Amino acid sequence: MLFLGMGIVTYFPRLLPLLFLSRKELPLWLEAWLDFIPAAILSALIFPSLITAGNPRHLDLLKPEMIVAIPTFLFAIKTRSLGGTVLIGMALFWLSGKVFG
Amino acid sequence: MKVNANILSEGARAAWPICLGYFPIGIAFGVIAQKAGLNPLEIGLMSLLVFAGSSQFIAISLLSSGASFLAITLTTFIVNLRHFLMSSALAVYLRHTPKKCITLFGYGVTDESFAMNLAFFRTKDWDWRKALVVNHISNLAWVVSTILGGFGGSLIPRGSFGIDYALIAMLLCLLVFQLRDKIHAIVAIISGIIATTMALIIPGNSYIIVAAIIAATAGLLLRRKKYEHQS
Repeated sequence: MLFLGMGIVTYFPRLLPLLFLSRKELPLWLEAWLDFIPAAILSALIFPSLITAGNPRHLDLLKPEMIVAIPTFLFAIKTRSLGGTVLIGMALFWLSGKVFG
Repeated sequence: MKVNANILSEGARAAWPICLGYFPIGIAFGVIAQKAGLNPLEIGLMSLLVFAGSSQFIAISLLSSGASFLAITLTTFIVNLRHFLMSSALAVYLRHTPKKCITLFGYGVTDESFAMNLAFFRTKDWDWRKALVVNHISNLAWVVSTILGGFGGSLIPRGSFGIDYALIAMLLCLLVFQLRDKIHAIVAIISGIIATTMALIIPGNSYIIVAAIIAATAGLLLRRKKYEHQS
């Protein structure tokens, strides 16, 4: 019962914009705005997880996650390969655990 | 719906980084949920019905602290509201998708499938069928890994092969794909700064949606200014 309730409140925010916005001609400004949303959301998802830690959160600029992110990011820019970036990131993170851990 | 091998294999190829990233998190979730008193069947059911990692973790901790049905449902709603924004951005690419399939697609919109599908919609010969395959393979990986965790994931050593970094690396690369010009890069920087600042001040994850809205609006204003300059 609880899981069903959780499922429903998770599902509808995912579904409704798809149903309504896909059937409408959007005003140009809205389309331009939505075009910035992916870059904005991805950045908002990634950065806090790289440079904050703990609960309550505090700033931690030298987390292994952050240190590994720099070469991983450069690799992604250089190669534009998703699979390669995932594997490089994993390998570097594993190495960092061996070196610092 | 016509399903052919090509669609399945292309979808699966796009989905593997997501699956790789879901496994350690799913197993960790299963272990924690099992410690909180859920059996593998309940864990699988929850993953199938909710399919939203972070809110499931939060729900388990609320459950063990004895929170009410209403409190847990409301928290889940708030934690997952960010998908509203993601679905809005995806909708542009689903113009010719039958309604029935959109209903099915909506179920699988997660942070990861959103970013992956959007990148592919933009650059490759991608359509909703392949996107749907990505969503559902990811879902399968999530459900299976959480159940496995419930059965005894504590047997697997933590941090094996750096697998905990798979999702971060994937999101980093998908962010790189989004940095198509200067304004997009500025939007990402603004969003990152606002999100981090908010995350330090406010508990929870509302910073994601607030930072994204402010940064995207800033991007819109910047673009408008650029055009005014040119004309």
